[in-house]
Amino acid sequence: MTAITKVTTHISPNEQLIFERSQTGRIGYRLPALDVDEVELNIPAEFRRDDDLEGMPEVSEVDVIRHFVRMSTWNYSIDIGMYPLGSCTMKYNSRLNERVARIAGFANLHPLTDEQDAQGALQVIYELQQHLAEITGLPGVSLQPAAGAHGEMTGIMIIRAFLDARDGAAASQRRTMLIPDSAHGTNPASAHLSGFSVKTIRSTSEGLTDLDHLRELCAHGEVAGLMLTNPNTLGLFERNIKQICDIVHEAGGLVYMDGANMNALVGVARPGDMGVDVIHLNLHKTFSTPHGGGGPGCGPCCCTKELEPFLPVPRIGKSEDSSYRLDYEQPKSIGRVKAFFGNYGMMLRALSYTLTHGNDGLREATEAAVLNARYVAAGLVEDYEKPFTGSPMHEVVFTDKKQSRKGVHTLDIAKRLIDYGFHPMTIYFPLIVQGAMLIEPTESVGRQELDQFVAAMKSIASEAMEDPELVRNAPHSTRIGRLDEATAARKPVLRWKQADS
Amino acid sequence: MLEAIGLGSAEELFDSIPQDLRLQRPLNTPAALSEIELLNTFEQMGARNAGARRICFLGGGAYSHYIPTIVDHILSRSEFFTAYTPYQPEISQGTLQTIFEFQTLVCQLTGMEVANASMYDGSTALAEAVLMAERVTKRSKVVASTAAHPQYLEVVRTYVQHAGIHLELVDFDEKTGQSTRALAEAIDDQTAALVVQSPNFFGCVEDLATLADAAHAKGALLVVAITEAISLGLLKSPGACGADIVVAEGQSFGVPLSFGGPYVGLFATREKYARQIPGRLVGEAYDKQGRRGFVLTLATREQHIRREKATSNICTNEGLIALAATVYLETMGRRGIQEVAQQCAQKAAYAAGRIARLDGYSLPFAGPVFNEFVVRAPRKAVELLARLGKEKGIDGGIALSRFMSDQPNDFLVCVTETNSREQIDALVEGLESL
Amino acid sequence: MANVPEDLHYSKDHEWVRVDGDQAIIGITDYAQNSLGDVVYVELPKVNDDFAANEAFGSVESVKAVSEVFTPVAGAVVQINETLADEPETVNSDSYGAGWMIRVKMSNPAEVDSLLTAAEYEDFTKAESE
Repeated sequence: MTAITKVTTHISPNEQLIFERSQTGRIGYRLPALDVDEVELNIPAEFRRDDDLEGMPEVSEVDVIRHFVRMSTWNYSIDIGMYPLGSCTMKYNSRLNERVARIAGFANLHPLTDEQDAQGALQVIYELQQHLAEITGLPGVSLQPAAGAHGEMTGIMIIRAFLDARDGAAASQRRTMLIPDSAHGTNPASAHLSGFSVKTIRSTSEGLTDLDHLRELCAHGEVAGLMLTNPNTLGLFERNIKQICDIVHEAGGLVYMDGANMNALVGVARPGDMGVDVIHLNLHKTFSTPHGGGGPGCGPCCCTKELEPFLPVPRIGKSEDSSYRLDYEQPKSIGRVKAFFGNYGMMLRALSYTLTHGNDGLREATEAAVLNARYVAAGLVEDYEKPFTGSPMHEVVFTDKKQSRKGVHTLDIAKRLIDYGFHPMTIYFPLIVQGAMLIEPTESVGRQELDQFVAAMKSIASEAMEDPELVRNAPHSTRIGRLDEATAARKPVLRWKQADS
Repeated sequence: MLEAIGLGSAEELFDSIPQDLRLQRPLNTPAALSEIELLNTFEQMGARNAGARRICFLGGGAYSHYIPTIVDHILSRSEFFTAYTPYQPEISQGTLQTIFEFQTLVCQLTGMEVANASMYDGSTALAEAVLMAERVTKRSKVVASTAAHPQYLEVVRTYVQHAGIHLELVDFDEKTGQSTRALAEAIDDQTAALVVQSPNFFGCVEDLATLADAAHAKGALLVVAITEAISLGLLKSPGACGADIVVAEGQSFGVPLSFGGPYVGLFATREKYARQIPGRLVGEAYDKQGRRGFVLTLATREQHIRREKATSNICTNEGLIALAATVYLETMGRRGIQEVAQQCAQKAAYAAGRIARLDGYSLPFAGPVFNEFVVRAPRKAVELLARLGKEKGIDGGIALSRFMSDQPNDFLVCVTETNSREQIDALVEGLESL
Repeated sequence: MANVPEDLHYSKDHEWVRVDGDQAIIGITDYAQNSLGDVVYVELPKVNDDFAANEAFGSVESVKAVSEVFTPVAGAVVQINETLADEPETVNSDSYGAGWMIRVKMSNPAEVDSLLTAAEYEDFTKAESE
């Protein structure tokens, strides 16, 4: 292996891969000795492993601890500071939720435990279902999907199943899903999984759904539904939502809402009241369950009473004697989308979040989230171009138009923000805004830190004018600089390999 | 702050929402609880789960293994669990390097060339493998053994129902508990993939090499699913047997049972199919000064770029659980994984031997097993197991009648390194006494 | 200023065509490679695959984007540029020469006449960038 350039002289930033740390003979564990007589196993030799797990690491417990602790110091995280990733809702991950999830009565419970010996566990699912139904205004709830995209697929499959049942053979003519040009990429991908083709709806100059275009697209009778995010990915509330839903319903279709932006609505407005038929939620966004470096998530699907029969099985319900039960007798169900019940540990955390805040607290969180975004918007509007005049809800989008005149682009601004100690906002999304910077502070930031963020962004705007090279070569303060992603994609190295001896 | 942005009240923040859509009452959910009250509430609910306190011999897709103490400590570091997807590599190298290690470990265990950063779980990983096989071969038939986990097959059915893929199930051999020759014979030149689980739902080890040959002879892919990942510490890797795609449930690697989730799906395949893999991939990269780092790569496969033509709609996966698996595998290491696997197999052999010698009990399947096996009791399994649980505090197994209707007296027993000899003896004596 | 060789024909999707008897060699223009950024992967069809005019025959990927590539003329593929598998960056460095993508036997050679000339293409790209 070629010598790797050291980051600094300090060992922590130079922590190698565990395989490079490995030393034959080291162990990091101790099991009790085998307490049964060792016998010749009934497994033929040709079915047995014969490579002695060559290449797998051999390290001590101290090696493991140091390895991971060092690597952890290279990460930014919510606990360090504001993480204004638009569309991701990076709010505080409560430690109390973590404690709840680790209660032995839940952590040690096998998913195939008999119903009567898991009543407490089923109660958690049932209660969370109730709360989410109340929050969304949609009574049918399944917590089985493991992430937002999974919940989307579930919701769209429900729409398909409903239409097939309602229209019979004629449903095969209804295979178009309408999706705004500002939508998250998971939306068309999920539509495709349900056998739909996609037609894109334009946005107006205000950044809202173009109603005329919607009417035009709905006029042909092949529309199965509309997938909408509200507030949309520009952070703007679709004030014509009732009309939008009416247009789609009149055309015989259904309305799916991507609930990624629920943080602007909880306790204030309910998708069910807007005419939405089915929604997915992201518990790892709105309900504070931790992002964990890329999951686990939990993407519940909530729907109208009419669509309930199509939800995944098993359904969790309450009997007359108040016991909780699993219901597999749902002949119209779209089927299972995952083994067992879903990401149960995240349900525990989300219920804990809901109970910690209480109904008042949930609404206050929404107010704070929107207030914080508005505050940031007001603070930056002089220095960055704000392409839409509408009042943003919980997130706001800016562009790099002013700075690009000096050759400084969104990517550079994002990288320079790192030098100020913040995680960059979401960049280049949504696609309909050139050089988009989508900022979502969430409610978990105080005024002081918002002011610091605004000051940092203003400073970068000045730097872009006065010293563009500084911004274009950022970040300057990190362990490594910008990586050559092109070479990484041309000749992908996706794993460590033992050097040939 | 409201003043700073020129508003008079919090209500005005929502001016863009039409009045008639605004909720005019508080949410009908409970009022806030203090920490003490909240913990009490959950402790009480936890206490109502008798199953969590019993001696556990349950398998069937989720396994009770020992989790070393340091796993949870490392997971609980702020920088790991409150971080997000590593979109900005310069400040996410911790996450990226650990995922690269995870990908490597998955390749080493499965014997495959490339692995992704994780799927939701084994069942959805299998569904995605089937969709990938269709993309790679451009064929639309999939043949699967009924000895695969019934819930996994259900999930596959849900995923393929609108994908134009025809799923054909072939029954397993009731004498051996393994898949039969009929499985290989069902493959034709329209078959995209042959799907088999090993060890299968009944705990039996399948002859993967023979199945691989049969699949390849007709230009189909062999997709192998594994629910008990620890088996990879003792059994020949599916890669070495000729598998094209390997998916597994990684829960056995340092992840608590937690009533079914969050778990982690492992997904590995041949290098030539790398651009068809679903999910995230982390690759090695260098900066201008030649310093090594890691970065999300081959992103053009994914939904945020390819949209409806993406290899999958997956975005968030199981990052923190993949980290748990990584810590577990590195702590146990080359020797530990093999020792755990050995103990599981030996203890299972001991338990099976003792149970088989009980009056009226038998082991209906003759095939080789790893740590799960089917027992045929002299009476209905559901009642027997319920009494064993209530009276002896032992969850002795999973009644197969919960999944299939033809053998009401059969139940599936799983033994791991956490089951001491005393516990196994107690199980045997418990069965004997009932 | 993007390079636009005189002796080639162009499409509005930013492909170029070099005529060689009844065959056409096709690639993407300098303007296109510049917009895409560093090319990391080129997906090409197989020899003998048939395409109609303006049908997508493959795609070009950069780190953050993927673009389909369309054939301006109908025909069957007789040769593909195998070097692009190992060196996709050639599309950036030599888009009109070594960065060629496919060679087709044209089913209707007259189609070339309805393509843009170098001057027309240059005007077209100027208008697009405004």
